[in-house]
Amino acid sequence: MRTSAPRLCAGTTPSRHTHSRFKVVRVENPSRSDPLSPSSSRCLIVYPWTQRYFGAFGNLYNAEAIMSNPNIAAHGITVLHGLDRAVKNMDNIKATYAELSVLHSEKLHVDPDNFKLLSDCLTIVIAAKLGKDFTPETQATFQKFLAVVVSALGRQYH
Amino acid sequence: MSLTAKDKDVVKALWAKISKSADAIGAEALSRMLSVYPQTKTYFSHWPDLSPGSASVKAHGKRVMGGVALGVSKIDDLTNGLLDLSEQHAFQLRVDPANFKILSHCILVVIATMFAKEFTPEAHVALDKFLVALSLALAEKYR
Repeated sequence: MRTSAPRLCAGTTPSRHTHSRFKVVRVENPSRSDPLSPSSSRCLIVYPWTQRYFGAFGNLYNAEAIMSNPNIAAHGITVLHGLDRAVKNMDNIKATYAELSVLHSEKLHVDPDNFKLLSDCLTIVIAAKLGKDFTPETQATFQKFLAVVVSALGRQYH
Repeated sequence: MSLTAKDKDVVKALWAKISKSADAIGAEALSRMLSVYPQTKTYFSHWPDLSPGSASVKAHGKRVMGGVALGVSKIDDLTNGLLDLSEQHAFQLRVDPANFKILSHCILVVIATMFAKEFTPEAHVALDKFLVALSLALAEKYR
């Protein structure tokens, strides 16, 4: 089933230090039949301890089960929706994510180190998808963007 | 998080497919590391040219992947297999071990760009674990 998934928008990321503007690459959310699998499924396979947050999601017994789990696929879309909001509000990710940060801390009780694990997985999934188009410059900019996202998500923890 | 028998098989199978591109992977991974994590350039201030594709970057990328190849061949005992390399990194090069994780990540990214089909989730987790184990073995002699 091909999901009507959001795309990470092309946009610009302000550098934290030089205020120069770069392009963030537009990518498609892979469908469940895509052999490259969404990044949150990948994260659950590569870092299996992250499964602790998905006890109610059904069968996560092995990689095949995880990759065909509809709840996990739906959750991958939720995560990409969140990233999309960051891209659309790139000048103010901190404020945009304030509520999300409180949610992850107070309600979901997610260890913020997981945000870094997911962002590493996302980078690698996109690298696989884009191949040589995922240039070093694109990787650098994208990782900078993700670092801001990760920091904003962890900001309201106390 | 030690390597299971399955992890080792998966790593060896993946390596068999990608090893002929090892030099290119090394050069590309090192280039990315230098531009994505500019703090890593501090270790190469003695190079005349740090740009991607430079002779220094290519040669060093090849050397790094030689180390990875050694790790694959000594996968059943990485600590002893990499003892000499560990001593070199600990006493001569004195690279902060945090950088091993950075370079490992770049190696994974490059393999993903070049071998997307082969780099399945199973291959990804096995190779990630292997690179972590390799990094630990490399840091063995540090203190």
